[in-house]
Amino acid sequence: MAFYRPAPYQKPLAGILLLALLALPTVLTAFGQEFYIGFATRVLIFALAASSLNLVLGFGGMFSLGHAAFFGAGAYAAAICLNSGISEALFALPLSMLAAGLFALMVGAVSLRTRGVYFIMITLAFAQMAYYLFVSARSWGGDDGLPLPARMTLGGLPLAGDAALFYTALGCLGLVIVLLGRLAEARFGRVIQAIRENETRMEALGYPVFRYRLLCFALGGALAGLAGALLANLSGLASPNLLQWTQSGTLLVMLIIGGVGYLYGGVVGAVVLLGLEEVLAGFTLHWHIGLGLLLLGVVLFAPKGVAALFGKRHD
Amino acid sequence: MTEPLLDVRQLSRRFAAVDALKTLNFSVEAGEVHALIGPNGAGKTTFIHHVSGALQPDSGSIHFAGRDVTRRSMHQRVAAGMARSYQITNVFRGLSALDNVALAVQGRADSGSSFRFWRPVRCETALFDEARGYLAQVGLADQVETVAGNLSHGEQRALELAMALATRPKLLLLDEPMAGTGPEESARMVELIEQLARHVTILLVEHDMAAVFRLADRISVLVNGQLICTGTPEAVRQNADVRRAYLGDHL
Amino acid sequence: MLQLFLEQALNGLQFGLMLFLLAAGLTLVFGIMDCINLAHGSLYMVGAYFVAAAAQAADSFWIGLGAGVAGAAVLGLLLELSLFRQLYKRDHLSQVLATFALILIANEAVRMIWGAQPVMLNPPEALAGPVEFELFGETFFYPAYRLLIIAVGLAVGGLLYLLVAKSRVGMWVRAGAANREMTEALGINVQRLFTAVFVFGAALCALAGGLLGPLLAVQVGMGESVLILAFVVIIIGGIGSIRGALVGSLIVGTVDTLGRALLPTLLRAALPADAASTLGPALASILIYLLMAGILFFKPQGLFPARA
Repeated sequence: MAFYRPAPYQKPLAGILLLALLALPTVLTAFGQEFYIGFATRVLIFALAASSLNLVLGFGGMFSLGHAAFFGAGAYAAAICLNSGISEALFALPLSMLAAGLFALMVGAVSLRTRGVYFIMITLAFAQMAYYLFVSARSWGGDDGLPLPARMTLGGLPLAGDAALFYTALGCLGLVIVLLGRLAEARFGRVIQAIRENETRMEALGYPVFRYRLLCFALGGALAGLAGALLANLSGLASPNLLQWTQSGTLLVMLIIGGVGYLYGGVVGAVVLLGLEEVLAGFTLHWHIGLGLLLLGVVLFAPKGVAALFGKRHD
Repeated sequence: MTEPLLDVRQLSRRFAAVDALKTLNFSVEAGEVHALIGPNGAGKTTFIHHVSGALQPDSGSIHFAGRDVTRRSMHQRVAAGMARSYQITNVFRGLSALDNVALAVQGRADSGSSFRFWRPVRCETALFDEARGYLAQVGLADQVETVAGNLSHGEQRALELAMALATRPKLLLLDEPMAGTGPEESARMVELIEQLARHVTILLVEHDMAAVFRLADRISVLVNGQLICTGTPEAVRQNADVRRAYLGDHL
Repeated sequence: MLQLFLEQALNGLQFGLMLFLLAAGLTLVFGIMDCINLAHGSLYMVGAYFVAAAAQAADSFWIGLGAGVAGAAVLGLLLELSLFRQLYKRDHLSQVLATFALILIANEAVRMIWGAQPVMLNPPEALAGPVEFELFGETFFYPAYRLLIIAVGLAVGGLLYLLVAKSRVGMWVRAGAANREMTEALGINVQRLFTAVFVFGAALCALAGGLLGPLLAVQVGMGESVLILAFVVIIIGGIGSIRGALVGSLIVGTVDTLGRALLPTLLRAALPADAASTLGPALASILIYLLMAGILFFKPQGLFPARA
């Protein structure tokens, strides 16, 4: 596989999409569909989380099945910040990222000693560990989760309104996508992509492979933490369910549907999966079956994901 | 007398119940081409893996450029000036020849940190100019943009060599650079190694005896994990143990 | 204290043996075909529902168990022929996605057929009460049904171990796990061998589900939590190794059970009551994961690596 290179139409397409998203809350309000602003925010947040997994899995080649642990850790960090009086997003969000990133650094330091399925399983085990820790942490609400007293403020302005939180999430996602796009073409991004292809060869070229991997893993964890912090604001709660392995599975499924290793893979996947949920749930109570069959269809017939249908990752 | 560039002392390694390497003493002097030969299964590749750091010995030490590197990892040895090529071609098949070598240049400490997250690599012209230089050196100037997987076998071997050179090694470990190449490609590879030998010390593992005897300043013979002889090509040719090891049954 | 310890040790053994039934099939699927099967837990769940439904229809636990296990085997066969056969040669990502999809489908299908409420499965009446026995001059009580599970677990586990370790088919299976290409080159039909292993694994899942049914609730989602434990087991034991799965199961079963039962008590002796009551349950629930991380740190391939 070659290094990531953006498709030529990618930038204009992203520009159009951004304009449409900027107008979305106004449009929805005009049509009296304010409910969907919250839904759209949720999609943006999951797009961010799936994109953070894309950094780890798509570019770094590390198949983590415990990514939700960092997602959840970010949510809890945000809830703890808010409960202890830090309500400014400019502090609380970076703090949440730092907490999730440091947690990922510790998990990575142990897990990255293993390879292949062992890595998949040990990341899974760490996530379960974190899940049970939060479930039994009674001072943080245990099973019920930790409620937020209020949403954060951004530069002193409250994010209480749905549109305000929507734009915050959109801003975060935009920044992260730009960062990932630049990173993928910068030195660091080329190194981690080359490590994904052939770890031993990189070691033999003098690269301290472990360090690059670990940083990539921690960075992905921090970005997942950002998504978690935003989600806690949206739902008003940091719940241990966010750390469950099925949540990691959902993020993976999103990314695979969207296209692993494509810059917009996570975004496409979140839109498709959450959109499908919304649509299918309208038809039947048992929409999970439809979703499952659809996923099987993707595996069997579009193994490279939806984003792959539109662009090439390599030439 | 100056210290050897590579000095292997009392190196031993067992796999399960088999002695793969038995208290080996081996050195490479700066500036020489030192060839390591021996029948199949003698432990040549195992030995190279130990020198390069891919495997750890049970006992013994490896000194390189005056420092004990026995417990150093592979990337630390590369940074210290030891580069290797692989017996089975090991290049990034999805990347262009240029990107392959540019990665090797980028990995060198003096080309700057790779913990850079913003500036696109394609803006770093110095990196690619240098990489082009190494490709020209191994005769791949016309194949710069070709995807490595589409290069011929011999060209891939040359690319592998360019990548090793791009780490600016003091010592080049070449593990059967002629493996699988046709006679024409072999001849070109011998010429290439001859040129390289003017600037860099080489430890060469090779089956092609014509190439070995033409290139090597000294030859060591490894049989069943033991060194039975080290000397000039002429001395090795005359050595009774070597003749027995290679011609044994026919004498 | 002794009563508690003995009871919990037996519970741990019983839990470990049931884990072994699950882990045995999983480790072989993993080891031979290099296939991540997240839906293994779903087979366990569906198997338990089959047993419960059949037991209710026939009004006999034993007939239900037999019919349920057979039903799960047939389901396993259908799944293997229709889906898994295609997944073996695909990468881990596809396997995770496909088997994750299977979990969604299985959970929802069960919910549609049997409803969201847990289904009751009664143990055979003859075994409903406790058994009394004497040890060290003291009298102990232990549920007869749990003893039965231990006995069945030991019997099946021992049989399986002998089958894999001593028989010709077992030799092929182990060879397939260690080096698939070579095994095929030697003329063994690995494809058919694997179908058999998969079906067998599905039957073992249903057996474990059916036996545990009367102790736990038969409900949607029961497969997911036990799946993670089975993964922990085979990672600790070494992927593809039956011996590893056995040792890993017993370790995980015992450590988890004893940890939950004894750790809070032990901590209360060492720490202030407040700290102990917070830390105890937390530590007990993550104990096996800590254990697994520790083992992997020193032995990244598990205790009994199947591949050299």
